[in-house]
Amino acid sequence: MKLIAAMSGGVDSAVAAARSVEAGHEVIGVHLALSSNPQKYRSGARGCCTIEDSHDARRAADVIGIPFYIWDMAEEFHDGVVENFLSEYSEGRTPNPCLRCNEKIKFAAVLDRAKGLGFDGVVTGHYAQMRETEIGRMMYRGIDPTKDQSYVLAVLNTEQLAGAHFPLGDTIKDDIRIEAKRRGLYVANKPDSHDICFVPSGDNAGWLRDRLGSEVGSIVDEDGTKLGEHKGAYTYTIGQRRGLGITVPAAGGEPRYVLKIEPKTNTVVVGSHDALAVSKIIGDRPIWCGPEPVANTEFRGFAQVRAHGSPLACTYLQTGTEIKVELDEPLFGLAAGQGLVIYDGDRVVGSATVASTE
Amino acid sequence: MTIYLDHAATAPINEAAIDALNIAMRKLGNASSIHNQGRSVRKDVEDARHKLSELIGANPSEIIFTGSGTEANNLAIKGFFWQHPERNVIVTSAFEHHAILDPVEWLVEHEGAEQVLIPITKAGIVDLEVLRNVVQTRGNEIAVISIMHSNNELGSIQPISEIVKIAGKIPVHTDAVQSFGKVEFDFAALDVTAATISAHKIGGPLGVAALVLKRGLDLTPVLHGGGQEREIRSGTLNAPSIVAFTAAAEYAIANMNSNFQQIRELRDYFVAGLKKCVPDVSINSVSDPALPGIVNATFPGTESDALLLLLDTEGISASAGSACSAGVPRPSHVLVALGLSESDADASLRISIGTTNTKSEIDQVLAVMPSVVERARNAFVVSELS
Repeated sequence: MKLIAAMSGGVDSAVAAARSVEAGHEVIGVHLALSSNPQKYRSGARGCCTIEDSHDARRAADVIGIPFYIWDMAEEFHDGVVENFLSEYSEGRTPNPCLRCNEKIKFAAVLDRAKGLGFDGVVTGHYAQMRETEIGRMMYRGIDPTKDQSYVLAVLNTEQLAGAHFPLGDTIKDDIRIEAKRRGLYVANKPDSHDICFVPSGDNAGWLRDRLGSEVGSIVDEDGTKLGEHKGAYTYTIGQRRGLGITVPAAGGEPRYVLKIEPKTNTVVVGSHDALAVSKIIGDRPIWCGPEPVANTEFRGFAQVRAHGSPLACTYLQTGTEIKVELDEPLFGLAAGQGLVIYDGDRVVGSATVASTE
Repeated sequence: MTIYLDHAATAPINEAAIDALNIAMRKLGNASSIHNQGRSVRKDVEDARHKLSELIGANPSEIIFTGSGTEANNLAIKGFFWQHPERNVIVTSAFEHHAILDPVEWLVEHEGAEQVLIPITKAGIVDLEVLRNVVQTRGNEIAVISIMHSNNELGSIQPISEIVKIAGKIPVHTDAVQSFGKVEFDFAALDVTAATISAHKIGGPLGVAALVLKRGLDLTPVLHGGGQEREIRSGTLNAPSIVAFTAAAEYAIANMNSNFQQIRELRDYFVAGLKKCVPDVSINSVSDPALPGIVNATFPGTESDALLLLLDTEGISASAGSACSAGVPRPSHVLVALGLSESDADASLRISIGTTNTKSEIDQVLAVMPSVVERARNAFVVSELS
């Protein structure tokens, strides 16, 4: 096959590209420039969008012996991911920009461009597995439980997955580093990127405040009694306990948690841990990573709501426009906007965006 | 199959230069040393300087060797600016190379300079009426006028003699990196104050160039140190490369007329073929006087980086506008200055033909062009839709 290897400058995508070449594919390395004004150097281990990262990707391509190009996706990334991140937060939701990036950039803009240019698909260093099964090509968790990235890929539909190649899913991260070293890749010991790549400081709240303002609002309890003030409701996360700055203690003395964020009134509602309990989730914008489950029929499976969260046993059904999940055991703290991913064992069934909870 | 159509970026080194380098690199000595070996290397450098000065119509002492064309341009722009503290305006064309525009912008940001950009006519020539007006109204504020001898993306040769007349007593620098060795270039006849020439564009080695500067003039240095070149440029003289530069220049100029004709025929053949196989192509490169081998073409509905990738996979090397520091391609400022929209500028390629190209190579390029353009269009359409 003719494949475009999306190379971030990190160790995973470098090994993924090298494995694809070894598997006999014709591979071209592409680094996505996602910032129109990239920083020169990585600060700490965050992100993958600096000039240094693009240089690392180029050197990896040199070692592997494949052509290398830089594709300017800054505009697409800004419009499709950064703007969405801001608008979601400004509406009191908690988005995951990595899901969005996979859905709109890596396996949309890049995959479409690759196909237009005559390539068959895109290979990345994500830890997930694609398997041919009797019911078609399916996505499964990567075997390294600490690195499994199937959650952030569950926004890809079957057509996108048909052009997606994840050669690392059958290996644990430690072995990838060893392999990178054996292959002579300079990035073998490069630290993992984490956090949000376009927030290089890692200060998510500060970054949001700079862009959405820091209008003072109320922190109230479930009855509406004002307990304190905050500087921007969107800098809080559902389930957050620390940093609330409330001086009035709760009646029973137990700690308070963020229960709700109301952007229209710029209000943060706090309450007890029990009030965070969620046993029913409704997700909208369903996307199926394989065959669509029969509508309005209950299935047993697992729900996952965070990239490295635990799979939670559940019953789910889909209505065509929504996925409704009933958890066996409640989970504590879930925000609208988070990704809801449904698994059948280790197979990814599909995903939705959390719309409401009970 | 590899077909090199990027001679304006850098040209293949010629045998005369390789031979000269081979001999000179084995020779021990710093040209500034007073001992026997030093003197011997110095003699080689001065012989090379003498010969090069004859080839360019200058006096030997007017040649200041530098490490690159970019360095020579920086020296000219910053040197003239700092030399005249009472004059803070720098005049350039809108389609100068970044090695001119960026030092000017740096001076604007850091040293209080004012940049005046002279627009380009549809013919790819600096607008002399605007220049005349700027000189008339602001003449006593201008530290230097810098207009390239020929444009690196369009090939158009600029009316430098007229510019010198318009400038009067204002210093005129010309970036002649693309012209020297390919078309007639005579420093004395043009009567410019300074000119930049470079070795690797004409079959010499990388890493050596020169600022030709009129005798008796001083420039404020950019590099300080041993003062090797007229106290204007410091740094141990790169003797082997200087010797090879002259060897390459001799070779290029001895064959200039026949090279011009050969390259021009190939260019015309390519353009005629391109118009046939990609009927909606539009040619941006301009009519004479122009460099022999530059073709600049817009392929509507494409993006240049897709075209370059596809050509590269076919073994064909061409280029587009410059890339930013991260390597991201940017629409060519030259084409924007010429009046193209950003999307048309972004859909354009520069193909620069040289002496090593053959008609059969051009045929091979023309054979793959329709499919390359079609695939680039497919990629563009889907990326616009997504």
